[in-house]
Amino acid sequence: MKRDLILSGVGGQGILSISFLICHAALEHGLRFKQAEVHGMAQRGGAVQSHLRLSDTIIHSDLIPSGQAHLILSVEPLEVFRYLPYLRPDGIVITATEPFINIPNYPESATLDGWLNQLPRKILIDAKGIAQQIGNPRVANTVILGASAPTLGFEPGAFDTGLDVLFGKKGDKIVAVNREAVRAGYEVARGH
Amino acid sequence: MAGHLTLLGNEALGLGSLHAGLSGVFGYPGTPSTEVFEFVQSQAEKMGVRAIWSANEKVGYEEALGMSYAGKRVIVTMKHVGLNVAADPFMNSSMTGVGGGFALCVADDPSMHSSQNEQDSRYFAEFARIPCFEPSNQQEAYDMMRDVFELSETMDVPVMVRMVTRLSHSRADIIPSEDILPQKPLATGHDIKKWVLLPPHARIRNMQLIEKQPELIRRSEQSRFNALTIQPGATLGVIATGIAVNYALEVLADYPDPVHFLKITQYPIPEGLIRKITDVSNTILVIEEGYPLVESRMNGLFGVSGKTIIGRLTGHLPRTGEMNVDHVRRSMGLSVPQTGVSIPDVPGRPPALCKGCPHADTFRALVDAVAAYPDNRMFSDIGCYTLGVYPPYQCGDVCVDMGASVSMAIGAAAAGVYPAISLIGDSTFIHSGMTPLIGAAKQNADITVIILDNSLVAMTGAQETMATGDRLVNIVASLGVDREHIALLNPLPKHHNENVEIITSELAYHGTSVIIPQRACIQGLKTKGN
Ligand SMILES: Cc1ncc(C[n+]2csc(CCOP(=O)(O)OP(=O)(O)O)c2C)c(N)n1
Ligand code: SF4
Repeated sequence: MKRDLILSGVGGQGILSISFLICHAALEHGLRFKQAEVHGMAQRGGAVQSHLRLSDTIIHSDLIPSGQAHLILSVEPLEVFRYLPYLRPDGIVITATEPFINIPNYPESATLDGWLNQLPRKILIDAKGIAQQIGNPRVANTVILGASAPTLGFEPGAFDTGLDVLFGKKGDKIVAVNREAVRAGYEVARGH
Repeated sequence: MAGHLTLLGNEALGLGSLHAGLSGVFGYPGTPSTEVFEFVQSQAEKMGVRAIWSANEKVGYEEALGMSYAGKRVIVTMKHVGLNVAADPFMNSSMTGVGGGFALCVADDPSMHSSQNEQDSRYFAEFARIPCFEPSNQQEAYDMMRDVFELSETMDVPVMVRMVTRLSHSRADIIPSEDILPQKPLATGHDIKKWVLLPPHARIRNMQLIEKQPELIRRSEQSRFNALTIQPGATLGVIATGIAVNYALEVLADYPDPVHFLKITQYPIPEGLIRKITDVSNTILVIEEGYPLVESRMNGLFGVSGKTIIGRLTGHLPRTGEMNVDHVRRSMGLSVPQTGVSIPDVPGRPPALCKGCPHADTFRALVDAVAAYPDNRMFSDIGCYTLGVYPPYQCGDVCVDMGASVSMAIGAAAAGVYPAISLIGDSTFIHSGMTPLIGAAKQNADITVIILDNSLVAMTGAQETMATGDRLVNIVASLGVDREHIALLNPLPKHHNENVEIITSELAYHGTSVIIPQRACIQGLKTKGN
């Protein structure tokens, strides 16, 4: 079993928590992993990405080679396209649809929709809307996390102990709403 | 998996040091090195270890050398350009040698993700004639530290551990060792022939260092971290160093023909192993993360007759930038897989100051104040505020290295530039801005220095700063700056007009003035709030 995924977003959007949770689940499933992340300059509102590789055998490169990622998982729709060269031809894009606009030349929404439409395999998720329905707009990233589970071969419960580690200190309610968000994202993705 | 830990390369190095009898860590923050220190710091109390941030890398290096002198195992951490600042104690410590094991953990930044240049620290190790370890993965970063300290003590030399961004900031599962070494006792006795580098002693130490070289090479050749695999029938040899080992191994798995392979992760260059792989190969591909060090040493001036040595110097691999699997595939004549989809032209998303950043309000006031001086020059420095050189502020004509904002303004003012304005953060000021300011105050140089006091080291992740608030003001005064020309600002939109006036009046003053905008970084406030 080998799964290469690129996680993308904008500095400050919290993609590192998503990678933490996926790595945690991978370890519990007895998989090896490598996860390269971005620190420093780019974290100030710049484009950030994380390369995440899961495998049941040894992983050499910390970086995913071109055309080999099974999945681009993005918390922001424009950022998907920055990493498209990494996607394998039969790879899938899963992204939140809410744009993060902090540059003057951000594409018009019709342009961006056009780009998204031409992707052969994609799951577009109104993560913020789903999070609001659940009752906490801050769990949008966790919805996206849940949506990655079918591609990664995980059940939604796979992230439960990781969520405990990450949010346990903030109380049971926060853990519970995040678990719900994982399941909501999972359900959206499973239908595809 | 039981017993496994999930760690960044930097954290694995920190844990490896702690498990190898470490007594202390010193250093100055700098991406990508910072987490080595921070990891040790997080365990310091539990493990009875000292973790002390230093004013700059030179100071950190010397503090660490002091701990080693006292018999204890120690690490000092910095980024590659930090070693330029620490070059003096670094070069001289190869002459004194060490007491307790001494590891210099330096993190290079190939492709300059967060740096001014991509210098390769392995050259510094060679320059100082000391060993260098270059872990290829997180487990090695952990495992190597025992060997590093042991080698440092038996050979009486400091040892470099060279990290690179990609390993520093990549996480993987590692298996820690079961036995944790105790700390070393305090050293006793004096040895001035070793530690006092007066010329008669230094000449002897220099010869001793030279005499150690064959043994250091022998140890590299026999190191468990260097490995040569000879494949019957192969004509191609591949040499890979440090993290480039991973890229090579990933591509070799897809390569149709047999290949001889030499992994190098301990230096000095293991000459014997290189000779062996060269003897049995027609073509040798050298894959390095960083400059073509091994490749250029192999080629020498005239190359090796009958052999083709290829790599970054011959254009088979890119001359600069981070190595990766795609580059290695191309260099070996393999195709690079492509995605099926057409790729649109995606606009860049460069980093920017946070919304509500105190620096932004200072820049707005400065822009209005300098409007009267179209010939103004702004000497910026290194930190979040460097981002102010971009629109909408465009505050900054120059940024070179830490502290240069003050020294270059002095030189430019002497050449006739007016107004010459320095923009420098509080931590950068303590690091290297104080020294030039002493000279400026002494000659009353016609410069205006703006010290952006956001009460922490923001760019590298909100470390504690050495001086903020009144303490910083008092330091500036103690350097000789006239208190009449030390002006404080509160960089908030509601004080804009007042701030423009203050800056305007200090720009008009023909002498050394210092303006200190004081407001905490909003990210720092958030972190503390959590
Ligand atoms: C010699 C050297 N050491 C370390 C660094 C890494 N570095 C870049 S900015 C910075 C700190 C900046 O802090 P400060 O001056 O307070 O500015 P702030 O980011 O808080 O605005 C450091 C340590 C460097 N570029 N050069
Ligand atoms: S981290 Fe702090 S100093 Fe840096 S841009 Fe953000 S608010 Fe400004």
